[in-house]
Amino acid sequence: MARAVSTRRTVVFTIAAWIIALILFFPILYTIITSFKSETEAIQGFGIVPSGTVESYAAVQAQSNYFKFFLNSVIISVGSTLLALLVAVPAAWSMAFSPTRRTKDILMWMLSTKMMPAVAVLVPIYLIFRDTGLLDSRVGLTVMLTLINLPIVIWMLYTYFREIPGEILEAARMDGASLWGEIVYVLTPMAVPGIASTMLLNIILAWNEAFWTIRLTTTNAAPLTAFIASFSSPQGLFWAKLSAASTLAIAPILIMGWFSQKQLVRGLTFGAVK
Amino acid sequence: MATENTRGLARLMLAPSVGLLLVWMIVPLAMTLWFSFQNYNLLNPANVSWAGLFNYQYFYTDPAFFQSIWNTLLIVGGVLLITVVGGIAIALLLDQPMWGQGIVRIMIISPFFVMPPVAALVWKNMIMHPGYGVLADINRALGLQPVDWFAQYPLFSIIIIVAWQWLPFATLILLTALQSLDGEQKEAAEMDGAGFVSRFVYLTLPHLARSITVVILIQTIFLLGVYAEILVTTNGGPGYASTNLPFLIYRTALLGYDVGGASAGGIIAVILANIVAFFLMRAVGKNLDK
Repeated sequence: MARAVSTRRTVVFTIAAWIIALILFFPILYTIITSFKSETEAIQGFGIVPSGTVESYAAVQAQSNYFKFFLNSVIISVGSTLLALLVAVPAAWSMAFSPTRRTKDILMWMLSTKMMPAVAVLVPIYLIFRDTGLLDSRVGLTVMLTLINLPIVIWMLYTYFREIPGEILEAARMDGASLWGEIVYVLTPMAVPGIASTMLLNIILAWNEAFWTIRLTTTNAAPLTAFIASFSSPQGLFWAKLSAASTLAIAPILIMGWFSQKQLVRGLTFGAVK
Repeated sequence: MATENTRGLARLMLAPSVGLLLVWMIVPLAMTLWFSFQNYNLLNPANVSWAGLFNYQYFYTDPAFFQSIWNTLLIVGGVLLITVVGGIAIALLLDQPMWGQGIVRIMIISPFFVMPPVAALVWKNMIMHPGYGVLADINRALGLQPVDWFAQYPLFSIIIIVAWQWLPFATLILLTALQSLDGEQKEAAEMDGAGFVSRFVYLTLPHLARSITVVILIQTIFLLGVYAEILVTTNGGPGYASTNLPFLIYRTALLGYDVGGASAGGIIAVILANIVAFFLMRAVGKNLDK
């Protein structure tokens, strides 16, 4: 009897959850479906079975040199992530393993730089970039995204490093390990998972950043965010091509995102929710 | 065992981060503050003069200013309302036993990974377009007149799009918090005959309180800066109907070439963000003490 009731409950919950999930996922799903339609098919009204043509994908690449933008996105998001890690790993390391009285204040101050609204420094950044020739350059944008995400990277690494037990360090020291040996043989293997998930989250954030990437680029360094935003002034009907470009722009990050759900919570709440 | 040597090394390791963030925080902000007191137009860059508080006065008396502040607050408030209420409901549902939970979860969090310009364009063209959008198709199927969302309800449409992007974030965080709720407590409450509502009000909600605070504060930081969604869909219009503070500053700076005016707006945005930041830092700081 109890068993039957719980099965019925499961059925109800399953149906409700699937309906909500499908509604929320629908815009993405429909974009993917439309990307496999022809342009005339795409505007013929609602239809969830595409003809399966890939002409839109070919057209996007032929018309706009799509892969240049894609490559810019990869270079800028991966580049800024590696740069941020290079600076952040030592900092997080030192705060986690040699904390001082000021460590907490420094962490809070770093977080506070993240609160500065981007638009408040739009004018000076734009002028600095213009005068130094960094406008529309990959280097400029990479540095920009590094600075924006640095506080999150440091915080995330800090929360991971802090979980590495100090006793292990002491044991290694007792066994006569040098500082270098400590870092290379004891701490690094334990820190790799934390660094990897920090990297994943940061690539996602940098890939989707849509203020600086749009405002500081025109053509050469423009990543996918700027490329897609340029579709906002339409020239004729382009539903299928837009869908193909959008699908390509979100696919890699969607897949990475699915793998990093847990880290996402931790990284975006600065360790406040685990 | 922390020798003088390791302490020096620790400081050295920290220095680059602190230095970079210090420069990043001080230099542009000081420039914005300086510009906000200048008459400085990019069309006439040779003629820069001291303006005193004129830019602030100009920004303050511009009718678009109050509308943009109001729109900013409406976007933040509207999206928070939808995502927090919706997020709690969906998180409670996902916490129940069901089939295909993994796939459901993946589908629900997906919108969060869609870059803002794509989200905005997809909603604008495929969902809300009065001619070819899915909502128009549904309206026609029901024999109703299709709605021109961005002309008739520009701000509401933007709120819907942004809420769609942030609902997964709220859901995911609240679900994580929900799953850390002590199962024994829940069982005890059930044994004592507590119904769903009283269990929710007296047990679940207090447990979620902290996570809800975190969701609200973090989202507020991002929502104060909504930009790409407006740029791609309504471009702030019609008139100033969907212009928020960041968009007004962008218009003043890069479309109006008014460096001074935009900088004054930027300083106002900083003040607004600081009020929010003050509360967020307290909430996060508390966690650090534990």
